[in-house]
Amino acid sequence: MTINLKDVEHVANLARLELTETEKEQFAGQLNAILKYAEKLNELDTDGIEPTSHVMPMANVMREDQVRPSWPIEKVLRNAPDEENGQFKVPAVLE
Amino acid sequence: MSLFDMRLSEIHNRLANKELSVSELTEASFRRIADTDHKVGAFLALNEDGARKQAAELDAQLASGGERGLLFGLPGGLKDNMVTEGLRTTCGSRFLENYDPIYDATVVQKLRKAQSVTIGKNNMDEFAMGGSNENSAYRPARNPWNLERVPGGSSGGSAAAVAAGQVYFSLGSDTGGSIRQPAAYCGVVGLKPTYGLVSRFGLVAFASSLDQIGPITKNVEDTAYVLQAIAGHDERDSTSADVNIPDYLSALNGDVKGLRIGVPKEYFGEGIDPQVKEKVLEALKVFESMGAVWEEVSLPHTDYAVAAYYLLASSEASSNLARFDGVRYGVRAENPANLLDLYRRSRSEGFGAEVKRRIMLGTYALSSGYYDAYYKKAQQARTLIKRDFDQVFEQFDLIIGPTAPTTAFKLGEQINDPLTMYLNDICTIPVSLAGLPAISVPCGLADGMPVGLQIIGKPFDEPAVLRAAHAYESHTEHHNSRPALS
Repeated sequence: MTINLKDVEHVANLARLELTETEKEQFAGQLNAILKYAEKLNELDTDGIEPTSHVMPMANVMREDQVRPSWPIEKVLRNAPDEENGQFKVPAVLE
Repeated sequence: MSLFDMRLSEIHNRLANKELSVSELTEASFRRIADTDHKVGAFLALNEDGARKQAAELDAQLASGGERGLLFGLPGGLKDNMVTEGLRTTCGSRFLENYDPIYDATVVQKLRKAQSVTIGKNNMDEFAMGGSNENSAYRPARNPWNLERVPGGSSGGSAAAVAAGQVYFSLGSDTGGSIRQPAAYCGVVGLKPTYGLVSRFGLVAFASSLDQIGPITKNVEDTAYVLQAIAGHDERDSTSADVNIPDYLSALNGDVKGLRIGVPKEYFGEGIDPQVKEKVLEALKVFESMGAVWEEVSLPHTDYAVAAYYLLASSEASSNLARFDGVRYGVRAENPANLLDLYRRSRSEGFGAEVKRRIMLGTYALSSGYYDAYYKKAQQARTLIKRDFDQVFEQFDLIIGPTAPTTAFKLGEQINDPLTMYLNDICTIPVSLAGLPAISVPCGLADGMPVGLQIIGKPFDEPAVLRAAHAYESHTEHHNSRPALS
């Protein structure tokens, strides 16, 4: 498996990153090296081996659906790059 | 003995006897930072007003009597990925350059209850991704033992600050070795607790199934104090373990006679510095002299751990870091054409190279068509790696080996070769994947640079890990070595 520039562009789009031409070439090379190393995992026979997503035995944690105090809106908006009428403001989504 | 060489219990005696005030201790910490941090670069922000106010309050309490907290008056640092209300939290990233958190992380609240004094925020690799602190968007931290060398990472600033005598402790976070490796490189003690022992609420997430907060200190006793203060279930972190918290200080008492130690042969494989190996073997002789027995064991899947880790941690990171979109906080690109353009350009302007690389790797591993080949395969490898440990722990109480295969390398030496950099974590990553507690303690110097001994325990058996580390420390002087930092 080798990653070409087109793959890099596709993945960058999925990741919402905009890469320069230099970055694209650099990442293609580095990701290929890392993935080549990761192919080592193919030496392992993992038939029937359960995947581990979390090491500790864990189940869903539930609580009563009770109303609790939340943060005041001024605090929540403290770091907002742009806001209007107590809401985060972004460019128009619909044309 | 200088103020910086004292342990927490000695400081507490002086405070109780009115030979020292919290304000004096706090000023000494700021003075030490003023004298050394232009060289070391361990801090990204100082909490001067807050710390002085806190110190004055604690001195008033000292005068009026009353019960004192576990870490009363002790100047401490925090890795800059733990949020602090009113104190800028950057995660070592340009993206969060002006981020002003609206709440305190659970560990920060617990430290306040324990009455330590927060001196400032420690330097780190951006979003905790890196093993050298060179990925800090602000400046690299440097190793107090040799300023040409890295302090390790990603909690490099935390380890360097403790080693330089700037603070008595600092909290770091460890995903694949980020507490233990810098502790080893800087000649201090660093503990990664069992996954889930310490709440992650308010820790900026890197890889949620691996991240864990833990103490970095100058000695094991101080580590036990800090761990006692921060451990415990938190309903705001549903992955935090609902377990009884033992008395870690009383766990330090007792010997290691009859203790069974497994020594994994894979941790001494290709790439290990012969001097590091020699120091670890010397440490095992110390354990022998104390009545413990050790035997070589095998953790056969060790060689697959780094590959599995970089796929899993990067996948989790690509998902966790999706929240940095330029909408609610952090960098926002100017004049975006539309929402997609805002996301793309904000993220591209805000993130550094290593963060982008890992987001790319993780996104690729999770993308359609590659999920089974990479992500699922890595999760299965994780199962096998965990089983290796389970099997050894059926016959042994602890596992001991090196923390890192070499001592600290030079700045710039590995920064352009990510894969080589990743392989420095070969001895710490398997432990993280298995969620186990492990401590790094100083076990001597190789060519003037500190070597770390890693002691690994069963899940939630921090008492056994701390007891063994404390027994070792009591029989050796390595933890008393200090860098000249001239």
